[in-house]
Amino acid sequence: MKAVTWKSVAEGAMVPLATLVVWQAVCSMGWVNAHVLPSPLAVAEKWWAYLLPLTEYDPASQSWLGWALSGELIIDSIGSLYRVLMGFLVGGVLALPLGLLMGSSNLIYRWMNPLIQVLRPIPPIAYIPLSILWFGLGNPPAIFLIAIGAFFPVLVNTIAGVRHVDGIYLRAARNLGAGRGTIFLRIILPAATPYILSGVRIGIGTAFIVVIVSEMIAVNNGLGFRILEAREYFWSDKIIAGMLTIGLWGLAIDAGVSRINNHLLRWHRGLDH
Amino acid sequence: MSSAIEIRDVHKRFPIPGGEVVALQDINLTVEAGEFVCLLGPSGCGKSTLLNAVAGFSQPTSGTILVDGRPVTGPGPDRGMVFQEYALFPWMSVAENVAFGLDIKGLPKAQIAERVNVLLEKLHLREFRDRYPKDLSGGMRQRVAIARVLALDSPVLLMDEPFGALDALTRRSLQDELLKIWQELGKTIIFVTHSIEESIYLADRIVVLTYRPGTVKRDVRVDIPRPRDSGTNAFNELKRELAVMVMEEQHRHEAAEQAGLTTD
Repeated sequence: MKAVTWKSVAEGAMVPLATLVVWQAVCSMGWVNAHVLPSPLAVAEKWWAYLLPLTEYDPASQSWLGWALSGELIIDSIGSLYRVLMGFLVGGVLALPLGLLMGSSNLIYRWMNPLIQVLRPIPPIAYIPLSILWFGLGNPPAIFLIAIGAFFPVLVNTIAGVRHVDGIYLRAARNLGAGRGTIFLRIILPAATPYILSGVRIGIGTAFIVVIVSEMIAVNNGLGFRILEAREYFWSDKIIAGMLTIGLWGLAIDAGVSRINNHLLRWHRGLDH
Repeated sequence: MSSAIEIRDVHKRFPIPGGEVVALQDINLTVEAGEFVCLLGPSGCGKSTLLNAVAGFSQPTSGTILVDGRPVTGPGPDRGMVFQEYALFPWMSVAENVAFGLDIKGLPKAQIAERVNVLLEKLHLREFRDRYPKDLSGGMRQRVAIARVLALDSPVLLMDEPFGALDALTRRSLQDELLKIWQELGKTIIFVTHSIEESIYLADRIVVLTYRPGTVKRDVRVDIPRPRDSGTNAFNELKRELAVMVMEEQHRHEAAEQAGLTTD
């Protein structure tokens, strides 16, 4: 990994800071209606309020930590991340074995691929009506939608990973006496991991998009729910505070996944770490 | 000496769009146990095809190949193969690569570790045991590949242009090391190359193959005592003689290429 230097931090911060300055200036000059575009300071203030607990600290009824984490922002973040995690797990756990099967067996590939190709272009959002019909309200329909969003990237990349395993590894393994099971577990699976992990990364990204949409329909917390709720009250500062939170979580998750990938693929050529 | 490898009446034809290629025709070859044989010829002469047939990766269209008296039906650890592309498993460390064949045989861990240590020592890889292949030079990678097949202690080593991608100096030191290992362990080696010099430097016998169809053009015994010096007259005489034969085939290859009959 490249060393983070002050120079690179300063360079990276230049454009965001300039944007903030221009934005603040535009608002301070009164060029735009504060309901349409609140100033960065107003957003920061709202974000802080959104983070803080709603009630006063009461030692009798709750622990300090429980109180400190009782702010809406934290509850919403936990709710959204929980759905992303569950949805991704459901989608990924279904996609991985199917992808491995379709990648390693031409017969199963020929059977399954037409159905997959028909279903794949349907955006998860199009499943919203069915998800409510099937799962009602609350977390289940949201997790269902997220699982669909995560399923296809993991599936498609797993298939590609298995099908692109360099034949020379298979030949070398057979030459060294490896049977089918050993070849699958110790050659095909590790050789396919770069593809599989990039599918995981895309899948988590998709899950994060879908969670926001799914929270706009059937649940009563979560970052997606909160920005829609804020719109009802014309709290544009809260909408933007929520959006920035979504952005920061997305960035954090992607950075985390990418760190895990770099560790798992430390043997792989072309990664700087 | 008993014969380790017997190749009898082997033919190999490949279908291609609009016809077929006769890659091997009527190959008869006996390799004695402990013998170092080089298969020499230009691209397309079928030398790798023949080696792959002995390795069991592809069956001949007709004819039989016996290794230690048993017909070859598939790849197996009794015929360790070293590839030009190294074929190391990039997700395994050097030590794990060397241990792989022993590991899947289910040998006790302690025994594997000991054997791996001996081999890493022998091939000067001790310092690199925990590195991944991507962090090694070509020469180092090929040492690992050699250690990996030696781990299985197979009586036969099959080498498909193993040093073809290495620079001249690395190549020479690996050739010397291979000769040392061969003399020490008494392996039977079939070594594919298109370098005339390499074949004279290494082999007991050089089998020159013809360009399509691949047949045995000449089977030459090399009687120059080892270590061989490429400056001596005997070396250069043989080199000239082989060059004439190999270039005849190379010209046939080029003619076919220019006629648009092949792209390899």
